[in-house]
Amino acid sequence: MSTALNSGHSAILKQNRASRSERLLRALRTPGGAIFILLIVLLAAIIALNPSFGEPGSFIRFIGRTAPIAIAAIGQYFVIVGGEFDLSMGSVVTMQVIIAGNLIRQDDAKVIPVLVLMLVLGAAIGLVNGLITTLLQVPSFIVTLGMMLALLGLVLYWTGGAAQGNPADSFRQIGRGGIQNVPVLDIIPYPVLILTAVAITAFVLMRRPFGRMLIAVGDNPAAAALAGSRVWWVRTRAFIMSSLSATLAGILLVGYAGVHPSVGRGYEFTAITAVVLGGVALGGGRGWVLSAAAGAFALESLFTLLNFMGVQATWRDTVQGAIIIVAVAAASRSWQRKRKGATASAHDEQHQLAATPTPAEGAEQSEQGGERV
Amino acid sequence: MKRRAGFFQRLSSTQIVYLVALATLILGVLLVNSIGRSFFSPGNISSILTGTSVLGFIAIGQTLVILAGSLDLSVPYVTSLASLIAAGVMANNPDNVLSAVLLTLGTAAVIGLVIGLIVARLNVHGFIATLGVGLIISGYLATNFKGSFGETPLAFRLIGATGLGPVPISTIIMLACAGLAMLLLHRTRVGHHLYAVGGDIAVARTSGIRVDVPVITAHVICSVLAGMAGLLLASRLGVGSPTVGSQGGYDLLSIAAVVLGGTLLSGGKGTITGTLGGVLIFAMLDNIMSVMQVNPFLKDVVRGVVIVVAVAVYARRRIVSRPERFGTKGSAETPAAQPVPAEGS
Repeated sequence: MSTALNSGHSAILKQNRASRSERLLRALRTPGGAIFILLIVLLAAIIALNPSFGEPGSFIRFIGRTAPIAIAAIGQYFVIVGGEFDLSMGSVVTMQVIIAGNLIRQDDAKVIPVLVLMLVLGAAIGLVNGLITTLLQVPSFIVTLGMMLALLGLVLYWTGGAAQGNPADSFRQIGRGGIQNVPVLDIIPYPVLILTAVAITAFVLMRRPFGRMLIAVGDNPAAAALAGSRVWWVRTRAFIMSSLSATLAGILLVGYAGVHPSVGRGYEFTAITAVVLGGVALGGGRGWVLSAAAGAFALESLFTLLNFMGVQATWRDTVQGAIIIVAVAAASRSWQRKRKGATASAHDEQHQLAATPTPAEGAEQSEQGGERV
Repeated sequence: MKRRAGFFQRLSSTQIVYLVALATLILGVLLVNSIGRSFFSPGNISSILTGTSVLGFIAIGQTLVILAGSLDLSVPYVTSLASLIAAGVMANNPDNVLSAVLLTLGTAAVIGLVIGLIVARLNVHGFIATLGVGLIISGYLATNFKGSFGETPLAFRLIGATGLGPVPISTIIMLACAGLAMLLLHRTRVGHHLYAVGGDIAVARTSGIRVDVPVITAHVICSVLAGMAGLLLASRLGVGSPTVGSQGGYDLLSIAAVVLGGTLLSGGKGTITGTLGGVLIFAMLDNIMSVMQVNPFLKDVVRGVVIVVAVAVYARRRIVSRPERFGTKGSAETPAAQPVPAEGS
């Protein structure tokens, strides 16, 4: 995409043909790349404070613990990069957790049918959110806010607002179990495998026509429509994926947290925070999906770090609040610089340097671009 | 069908809001009478109006912020903080009322100023800036206050408890604030600039408007009004509470009320009058459901559905009447919608 945009400017072309290491360095200077540096710094700080955290066994458990929020962040990424919001995520998580608790109970035979039901319900909620947003032209903020209130109300009405019994152990194993007796790692939790699968799927999806279209739609829906993409269907699919990922997060959380109507509360804002921390611009069109997942990991490792430092848990919110403001302020500077670089006819040295979009994507794109030229 | 579309088009969104409010009123009268109670008894009217005041304060501020193209998610935490400061400083001593009120509103104004500067100077999206500031305050509240705190003196508690006939004092103060906000929007330079900046910040800037001023003003006023809501809650409860704002869900409900009142979420278009209509609709719905003894959890379901359905009604109308050239997401992506403006105009 970047090559097509800048094909007239030979300087940019030359820049995109720069060596791999140079391109990587440049990508790390974008907000989506900087999050990886922040993540490494945070992890290093945790290991410095508590060396046992760095052991493979406990590290992989940390990844497993973070998997639900990372999956939710990936789902939220699709919606945000398409220029919308999904506030119903937390309620979807709560709903799925309660459904699992109430319908499966201790009956192993019901695990598969209920799992299918949960996925279908998740997709249906996303479809409703998407269709109301795109076809009825209601702002997604309002649609998903209404969905959030309505779903949570229904779930609480159904359960009377009290905790329920946990579902069968075979179901909870998805969230808390793992492949045992693995050399070095000791255990590979299932959440890690699921997260890996989700991340790879998301990564691949974002480089297929759907992903390209989604970014185009988020950047400028009118232009995308004129270019022939079905904006409504692209966005609706993003909503479906968001609800499905909330469903997955719910399934994993049943294993971790058990069944309670407070599971999932505030998940939508945590997911949005993670996505934004990953350098994805609210309003759409900018950002890389794996940066969003990295944002979730950065957030979680920040909390872990505060924990090890002996900071009271109640200060978590404050730190989270301060860090997203700083991160977004920094990112908005950087995106702004890039914007100017992409559109101004007079390119100076600094603007050229900022012309590649997202981190590894940018690198890969220029490779393809190189073949084309 | 086509004629109805034409009828809707001639109405301003504020008129539609009040039509919806009227429909809610009629529905309320029918339902409440059907179980043998009177909708128009002074007690019931007073309880509806009381229900409008807290959300009203916050929604007025939220309207200004949304008109300026931003958003304020920090209001519930500002409200809680305000109730704590007020009750803490008053400490059941009537002499402290004035200083407590000034200190509370001053703190709220400073918070608003900080948010405004973050949004306008650091170019952080209002959603993130206020989410962040809200989280910062929420962490402070959770760390330092475990339960209710302070006590308000009787004289101050009377503000929340008395009224002129069926109209509570708090509602009158809220309406006065609404009047001032309207004056600001329609009679002052900052007000006009607010609409311009919310409509298109780039165009406003090239037209020579200092775009920071209206955005910061809107955020300061919004936080101060959230502080007023906190004062009112402290006066009603008699104590300050660290969770009073977040329990009310005022952030999202006030945004819903503003959008229900016909204001565009993307800014630049809308009125305070519409917002008051939206708040009134919420208060009446709440009252009807309380009288009918609807399960409290089902109330949220009804609220959620009403928000989406009501906004869907205006949203359809807006696509049709908006000039096509600047049609953002609507007109361009659904080819079916394009012939309609030609017929309509």
